[in-house]
Amino acid sequence: MVDVRGLLCPMPLVTVRKEIEKNNPATLEVLFDDKGALDNVTRFVTGLGYKTAVVKEGSDFKLVLTK
Amino acid sequence: MKKINWPVVLAGGLVGLAAVVLTALGNPANMGFCIACFLRDIAGATKMHSAAVVQYFRPEIVGLVLGAFIMSVASKEYRAKAGSSPATRFVLGAFVMIGALAFLGCPLRMMLRLAGGDLNALIALFGFAAGIGIGVVCLNKGFSLKRAYDVGKAEGSILLVVLTGLFILSLAVPSLFAFSEKGPGSMTAPALVALLIAAVVGAAAYKTRLCMAGGIRDGIMFKDFRLLYGFVAVFVIALIGNIVMGSFKLGFAGQPVAHSDHVWSFLGMALVGWGSVLLGGCPLRQLILAGSGNGDSAVAVLGMIVGAAFSHNFGLAGAAASADAAGGVGTKGRIAIIIGFIVFAVISMMNLPKKED
Repeated sequence: MVDVRGLLCPMPLVTVRKEIEKNNPATLEVLFDDKGALDNVTRFVTGLGYKTAVVKEGSDFKLVLTK
Repeated sequence: MKKINWPVVLAGGLVGLAAVVLTALGNPANMGFCIACFLRDIAGATKMHSAAVVQYFRPEIVGLVLGAFIMSVASKEYRAKAGSSPATRFVLGAFVMIGALAFLGCPLRMMLRLAGGDLNALIALFGFAAGIGIGVVCLNKGFSLKRAYDVGKAEGSILLVVLTGLFILSLAVPSLFAFSEKGPGSMTAPALVALLIAAVVGAAAYKTRLCMAGGIRDGIMFKDFRLLYGFVAVFVIALIGNIVMGSFKLGFAGQPVAHSDHVWSFLGMALVGWGSVLLGGCPLRQLILAGSGNGDSAVAVLGMIVGAAFSHNFGLAGAAASADAAGGVGTKGRIAIIIGFIVFAVISMMNLPKKED
């Protein structure tokens, strides 16, 4: 689980990119509190070939990535 | 070529159009919108500095914050957050302002000046991009001002409440404030019209995350040019507007509220670019974030206001060229910019991950 809540752009995307470059995970869960950051990361990981699903968790969002 | 994000393009176009309209309604030339200039005018209106030509409580600033607030609440996305290195953000905001006022404009006015044919702004654009490049290096090395946390709703609305309260007071009891009788501060669009136009722009900028620094930053870092289209749209629409209005004049000399001190315009805007990346967005974006509940961005804006006061109280701001003088950035302003680079370098290094991370 990568938690990018409370990080201003572009840090959510930087954090997720770093995790993917380091571990190349087949699945990854990312926790957001900002819709804009969620959209940015979704666009980025989709370009890398991940499938995405969003789960609302209270006022936060969990993005589930799978290859 | 990646898909064009039309909402961002439309928001950028809206900003460009609003700037042209506000100029036609009375704002200074190529200054329909200028976050740095307008925060400086507010600092003057509240007597934080005494530069008589730049004192006016600009409704545009209030409108931008208000529009972002309304849109974030309407979208159910308003969220009060704070605690991401606020004191550091204050200092970054102050030096961003010092750099911008050396050049005589924030990144938004830089594009509006360019759209008016002011080629001095092209030099500044190169500097801005170079500064963003330095910021990107910092981000790639792991720079972070750490995360913010949820705070009470009231905390997130402080800047909006203070600005709105002071704006209403400036209309109700104008004698409390200072208002320019000549110079850029005396050139104003009707207050309520400016407030309304800025609120619409603020709402659009919130919804699309429009950011003058973000476009170049994301282009360099992620090959994502989505925000850059908005940046270009501001220029294109303002350019068309200026040509239609007959106010386009290509060249370096004789440009409104501008100078041709290229080295220091370049360096001033490089400081703005670097600082904007470290802050997570340009001065416009800081206002929009503050409106949507980000207390850290509110602190950055307060830093900008204090930076503007310092700029004029200590003679750091650039002087516009006139028929009698070439204008430019004086020795004190140049030293302040160099100090700004040193401060940003220290802040950048202090906020890199520790080796054990």
